[in-house]
Amino acid sequence: MRNILCNTLVEYSANREFIFLTGDLGYKALEPLRDAIGSRFINAGVAEQNMVSVAAGLASVGLRPWVYSIAPFIYARPFEQVRNDICMHNLPVILVGNGGGYAYGAMGATHHAIEDYGVMLGLINMHVFVPAFALDVPVIIRKLMEYKYPVYLRLGACEKPKDLILPPYAPWRRLLRGDGPTMLIVGPLAGGIISALMDLDESYRPDLWVLTELPISANAIPIEFINDLRRSSHLFVVEEHVAQGGIGQMLVYTLLTMGESPSKFTHRYALGYVSSLYGSQKFHRKECGLNPKSIATEVRKRHGFEAKS
Amino acid sequence: MFDTINKAKLRLLKMHFESGVGHIGGNLSSLDVLMYLHHKVLNADDVFILSKGHSAGALYVTLWSLGHLTDEDLKQFHRNGTKLAGHPPPNWIPWIKFATGSLGHGLSLSAGVALGKKLQGEPGRVYCLLSDGEWDEGSNWEALIFAAHNRLDNLTLIVDHNGLQGFGTTKEVADLGSLADKIRSFGFHTDEIKGHNLGDIAIAFSCQAMGPRAIIAHTKKGCGVCFMENKMEWHYLPMSEAQYQQAIREITTE
Repeated sequence: MRNILCNTLVEYSANREFIFLTGDLGYKALEPLRDAIGSRFINAGVAEQNMVSVAAGLASVGLRPWVYSIAPFIYARPFEQVRNDICMHNLPVILVGNGGGYAYGAMGATHHAIEDYGVMLGLINMHVFVPAFALDVPVIIRKLMEYKYPVYLRLGACEKPKDLILPPYAPWRRLLRGDGPTMLIVGPLAGGIISALMDLDESYRPDLWVLTELPISANAIPIEFINDLRRSSHLFVVEEHVAQGGIGQMLVYTLLTMGESPSKFTHRYALGYVSSLYGSQKFHRKECGLNPKSIATEVRKRHGFEAKS
Repeated sequence: MFDTINKAKLRLLKMHFESGVGHIGGNLSSLDVLMYLHHKVLNADDVFILSKGHSAGALYVTLWSLGHLTDEDLKQFHRNGTKLAGHPPPNWIPWIKFATGSLGHGLSLSAGVALGKKLQGEPGRVYCLLSDGEWDEGSNWEALIFAAHNRLDNLTLIVDHNGLQGFGTTKEVADLGSLADKIRSFGFHTDEIKGHNLGDIAIAFSCQAMGPRAIIAHTKKGCGVCFMENKMEWHYLPMSEAQYQQAIREITTE
């Protein structure tokens, strides 16, 4: 997604309000943007606290700064700067965190971002975008160029599901229809899971949705999703994020306040470091039961259990 | 100017006494610089950011002396339902651009505003007032590197160097040696002045040196009130009735 981000942002190089700051990252990725916007491309060095406050200062005089780093270095290291300087003043700064979830794999735990949007959504005014597919990125960028709130944009390595024509971008999208559980997926792990589920029999295949914009209150939950949940009475949430502060918890809370109470809730989420060993993103997803095969197995198991009961 | 500052000092003491609020020591150490800056230096294109947010009282009184805040506003200082919180609040009046209070934010914010002005070709300087204890914060050193590297010649930082911080003197807690030398070594044109001497303050603000500038104002915590001067406890204590009466007597006869 990083290259798509760069190439799309180059298209906005004529916008004099657009400023891009990086915390000394972007080698072999951001050079086209650097060349396109010249002095408005600022390498702020390995100094994220300063970079985020500088971005707040820039936004306060009418500019639209985008601030880029590896995800944990943009939301965790400068957390108070995000909270006080950006969010308290509701400044339209876009924080771009590259490598959401376990994307940095064997680089190690310091480079992972498995509690990022939960942390960010605790801040007043903060909105979060988690694109699931490459094609989402340009649409989101267009939206963010006019956005009125602080944003954390979580980027990851995307995977297009095989043989599926994606519907146009929307905060909530229904990507599979089925008579199984009502499933909600957040982020790029959707592609692989959809590929694994789309060949299941429709009688127990999940009715699968992807959510891209947070908090949940930012957009009305589609009535089609609510209706499907009433049908299945089984909510199944999959996210590469810890349970605390994740979409699973947020969605259940929202549904209960709406008077919707499905009888079953399955939640697959980031478990941290199950074996204390490190590997690729796929390795970590597998350890957490977030890999496509494991999700498909769970769907089949649930169906078998239900058939017997 | 001297009379105007004294009037503000009395109003500052009254406000803190009536609200039963501490932090008066660091407010008195920064008031001379704040008043001179706002009355004699700042113009419509300039921006001021109070990084040492615990001197909010001095800033409020300075804004009162300019007619931007009323007596009624000051009476609400630190009370339920007030906008005049103990540290500057966000999104309220144009003269308080940022909420501050957690130390080590103001200089980076100022650098951002200064850079934004340069990128947009806008006139005006950005002035930022910091405490001396605040230099324990690593973010300030990040900001110095950034400001010097980006040649922010429209930025002036001022340090209220009263030598006392939260739980000891600056020498005891984290001795930086010469703060002026350190800041100068980052590429800032740096002057050291007597921070309660209006002549010194005037000369420092009239400096036309190229590049980012720094003013190290050597001040006294609790300046003008003998029992507060250079006493760490006046970072925290509210005044009793007797202390308040003595303080205003001293300021009045100064």
